[in-house]
Amino acid sequence: MSMLLQARAVSFRRQGDRIFTPLDVDLVAGQAIVVLGPNGCGKTTLLRLLAGILEPAEGQVQRHAATAFLGHASALKGELNCRENLEFLRRFHGCPGISSSRALARTGLTGLGLRPARALSAGQKRRLGLAGLLVAPRPIWLLDEPYASLDDAGGQLVDELLNEHLDNGGSVALSTHQRKPLLTRAARELQVQRAEQEEPA
Amino acid sequence: MNLSALPALLLRDLRLAVRHGGESLMPLFFLFAVLILVPLGVGPGPNLLASIAPGMIWVAALLASLLALENLFRPDFEDGSLEQWWLGHLPVTGLVMTRLFSHWLITGLPVILFAPLAAQMLYLPGEALGVLILSLLIGTPILSLVGGLAAALTLGTNRGSVLLSILVFPLVVPVLIFATGAVSAAADGFSPRAHLGLLTALLVLALTLVPLAVTAALRLNIE
Repeated sequence: MSMLLQARAVSFRRQGDRIFTPLDVDLVAGQAIVVLGPNGCGKTTLLRLLAGILEPAEGQVQRHAATAFLGHASALKGELNCRENLEFLRRFHGCPGISSSRALARTGLTGLGLRPARALSAGQKRRLGLAGLLVAPRPIWLLDEPYASLDDAGGQLVDELLNEHLDNGGSVALSTHQRKPLLTRAARELQVQRAEQEEPA
Repeated sequence: MNLSALPALLLRDLRLAVRHGGESLMPLFFLFAVLILVPLGVGPGPNLLASIAPGMIWVAALLASLLALENLFRPDFEDGSLEQWWLGHLPVTGLVMTRLFSHWLITGLPVILFAPLAAQMLYLPGEALGVLILSLLIGTPILSLVGGLAAALTLGTNRGSVLLSILVFPLVVPVLIFATGAVSAAADGFSPRAHLGLLTALLVLALTLVPLAVTAALRLNIE
């Protein structure tokens, strides 16, 4: 069991106010964590802290492997076609995985390789984002609402990709409130709690 | 650290610039609009034009550089590509320098390439042409660097182009003074070395400090 990511008592402050109560997160190879909590409790902030995009205000995060973060913003360029977007990610992250055409086929985007990304539907953009995880495989996946705007088949696709990733020794933390992932392994649940606002002294 | 990210980013930036087509040719169009309109305004006398030529070409280069600044980091900020730079396995300062280099390739290099033609149009004395090109080679990267810092600082403001111009102008005044000073000195038959030396010192200063400052400013805006 190798530890991929370790966070100790992390929290984040906006305008001095703590967003959620400090949390410990351990991501171990082959293990998934489902981050749960009501809207606005800081799920996205927690994932961004784990990804290294935000610096924790308290506590610390140690990452022992390359990280992939898939957020609400697609990080795709609308002017480039699907294949060009994937080729860029493949070279940018420097850990080439399967070819762009195979990734497109795997995510149900066969035949759309030459379509500009701006002409894709919201669900297809999510699928292209998932294809980006396959062309540049990184052991730690941090997925913010991966089921958003996906149809049932898309949701199943996410589950399949998650299972494959965990079987290959990867690790996942994902936030969701549409559906719970159906995984072959047990996933731990992590409840994020909004912090009590401290009274000004 | 994965250094192959740098050529990948440069290639994609240039490909996007080609896709935007007309928008990327704006700096060059701007240069020629200024060069054609000013002689119409001040009169086409060769002596007058020759004496204002260094300033004219340099002001055009400066405004051309400013044109593309608003979109230096903003599209990446809005579509979420920028936050991906901080995932830990990427050299962030290197990515910042790559982005500034592509800004220079799109706004600075075309002005340098067309400077000989512009100099002809404004009757700049032939012996000053070499110094003009040299001053542009040293000076336009400073414009991209300083502009990049202002663009990174104003990223969090809503359409901060006015604020951006206000931030940039005082910082590029020394560049304009030393660069046009060098060209005017050469045109008058004096040595431009002192001006060019100071200009180079500014470039070295900007090259060492700006990428770090831009990285910090971007980081602040992402949070």
